[in-house]
Amino acid sequence: MDAKIFVFITHTDGKADDSALELVTAARSLFPGCTPNALVAGSGVGPVCQEVAASFGEVWKFDQAALAYPNAELLRPLLVKVLPAGATLLLAHNTFGLDLGPGLSVKLGVTYVPDVVGVDGLEGTTLKAVRQEYAGQVSAHVHCDIARGAVITVRPGAFKPAEAGAAAGQVVDRSEDATGLAARRTFVELIQAEAGDIDITREDVLVSVGRGIGDKENIPLVEELVEAMGAALSCSRPIVDAKWLDKARQVGTSGKTVKPRVYLALGISGSFQHVGGIKGNPFLLAINKNPKAAIFQVATIGVVADLLELLPVLTEKILKSR
Amino acid sequence: MEILVCVKRVPDSAENEISVGPGGADIRREDLVYSVNEWDNYAVEEAIQIVERVGGNVTVVSVGDTEAEEIVRREMAMGANQGLLATDAAFTGSDGLGIATILEAVARKTKYDLILTGAQADDGAAQVGGMLGALLDWPYASLVNLIKVEGDKALRIGREIEGGSQEISDIELPCVLSIQTGINEPRYVGIRGIRKVASVEIPVLDGGALGLPPETVGAAGARVRRVDYFVPQTGAGAEMLTGSTEEVAGKLVDLLKAKGGIK
Ligand SMILES: Cc1cc2nc3c(=O)[nH]c(=O)nc-3n(C[C@H](O)[C@H](O)[C@H](O)COP(=O)(O)OP(=O)(O)OC[C@H]3O[C@@H](n4cnc5c(N)ncnc54)[C@H](O)[C@@H]3O)c2cc1C
Ligand SMILES: Nc1ncnc2c1ncn2[C@@H]1O[C@H](COP(=O)(O)O)[C@@H](O)[C@H]1O
Repeated sequence: MDAKIFVFITHTDGKADDSALELVTAARSLFPGCTPNALVAGSGVGPVCQEVAASFGEVWKFDQAALAYPNAELLRPLLVKVLPAGATLLLAHNTFGLDLGPGLSVKLGVTYVPDVVGVDGLEGTTLKAVRQEYAGQVSAHVHCDIARGAVITVRPGAFKPAEAGAAAGQVVDRSEDATGLAARRTFVELIQAEAGDIDITREDVLVSVGRGIGDKENIPLVEELVEAMGAALSCSRPIVDAKWLDKARQVGTSGKTVKPRVYLALGISGSFQHVGGIKGNPFLLAINKNPKAAIFQVATIGVVADLLELLPVLTEKILKSR
Repeated sequence: MEILVCVKRVPDSAENEISVGPGGADIRREDLVYSVNEWDNYAVEEAIQIVERVGGNVTVVSVGDTEAEEIVRREMAMGANQGLLATDAAFTGSDGLGIATILEAVARKTKYDLILTGAQADDGAAQVGGMLGALLDWPYASLVNLIKVEGDKALRIGREIEGGSQEISDIELPCVLSIQTGINEPRYVGIRGIRKVASVEIPVLDGGALGLPPETVGAAGARVRRVDYFVPQTGAGAEMLTGSTEEVAGKLVDLLKAKGGIK
């Protein structure tokens, strides 16, 4: 066990999230050969601790009714209390990680390294990491002084999950440390996303439209293509924010996870929150006027073009070819 | 309610081809179109709407060089009552904690009830709001997509989490919230609105005025340093189709047919 390397494990319905084993890989690429420790908080989390134990040195269990919902404002003071000086904590760069992480780094007095997509190693106390900027159009090498420790958030999907099973995996019950927690933010309830009139998660051919379509008035251009193809219409987040299409059609981490065979990305830049909702390695065809757009890094086929010019021609050719 | 909104001037990634400059030291800055960070615009709109409902004042602040003044002015044209610009050569090269430290100093000069930031800026770090909350020792919530004022001591808020579900909480004032897009529909700012605030004075705060020792901010205080920019090599990348619009469309039809994309 490596006394100062920790992974925070989030879990859903009694199962550890996929990020748990990705974080192990990230920890090992930072500290080669290390066996990190895990932190698991919640109510009735015994099974989660058992599930992940084999991948860690120690699993610290914080089992309290008050932790039934993961409230970052409650967990932050707990972590400040229990983490040893100089600790490095890895967590997923998801909606929980970015609620907890930045403030935690301040309270611990350690360096915050957000949204890491790669690690080039450690030189002395300098962590060399890779990040992305400008919606993924460029990447950056960053050097981080982690002499005092660090809180690092790791982009979901950026690291391959570690094979489970190498470590001794001892569960240590530290629930006593989590008594009497108080926060100035209290959880009230969770409202599930509404089901819409269409279930894009079941469609095998999706045509997805992004902000590049420019105007609500241009949406029919896409709808005509969708109809000609016999496909279903989906979109990126700004289209929903602008209320041009229903939330049920949004692909991405805060929308739907889709598994189509064919995916057309029209005027979508390719942010990780969008691409994170596309699973199953579809035949991904991207049309974008910007040759630098990140979507071309993940697409199978790319076209640099103006949608307003290309779409009508494409639709007409499809109709003719029938 | 006295509300402070933090706004950043960024090259709009939807409007620009971002490319790496000589030696990777910076991106190419010539010909970039700058604007207010998308998320911050929603934060300003939300603050204005809160003040329209319960009274108070909206102040916008940006940490940046003198060019950041243009976005502060734009957000004032939207309806913010005051603008502030925090600028100092010593601020250059600040990491997220440096920016949060400067904003903390701004926040401590006046009594605010609520501070709003955007959920994330151009580099997608999503860090400044949470750090600011911790520095002030105020409660914090990220990715907020609903705010209801409940008396003068608390808010009921919604956070948007994975899959679009909404986490409802109560949070005490004063607090810091980071705002997610879609929480409202930011109002349009016309040329007349801009003209109306064209000559309003925007106070400038430097390190001295904020009581910030130079070694705590800027490159000197930064523990996270960008070394260079580069273009990622991810796998083979896309196969790019070229030709006239007709030719490209023709190739696309063939490919779609071959892959079962046309039913
Ligand atoms: C916590 C969190 C969760 C999020 N969840 C999601 C999510 O679930 N889904 C999601 O999509 N986003 C999500 N986002 C937002 C995400 O970060 C991006 O802002 C968003 O995906 C960008 O959408 P876009 O690609 O349509 O727009 P932009 O990034 O603005 O890209 C528009 C693209 O269109 C191109 N273009 C412009 N005009 C034309 C034209 N005439 N012809 C061809 N191309 C053109 C441009 O070159 C550009 O690449 C989330 C963000 C956060 C912080
Ligand atoms: N230079 C800055 N000046 C003012 N506010 C900023 C600045 N940088 C970041 N912010 C605020 O912090 C939010 C998150 O930015 P970031 O942590 O850089 O992704 C932004 O949406 C802004 O509200």
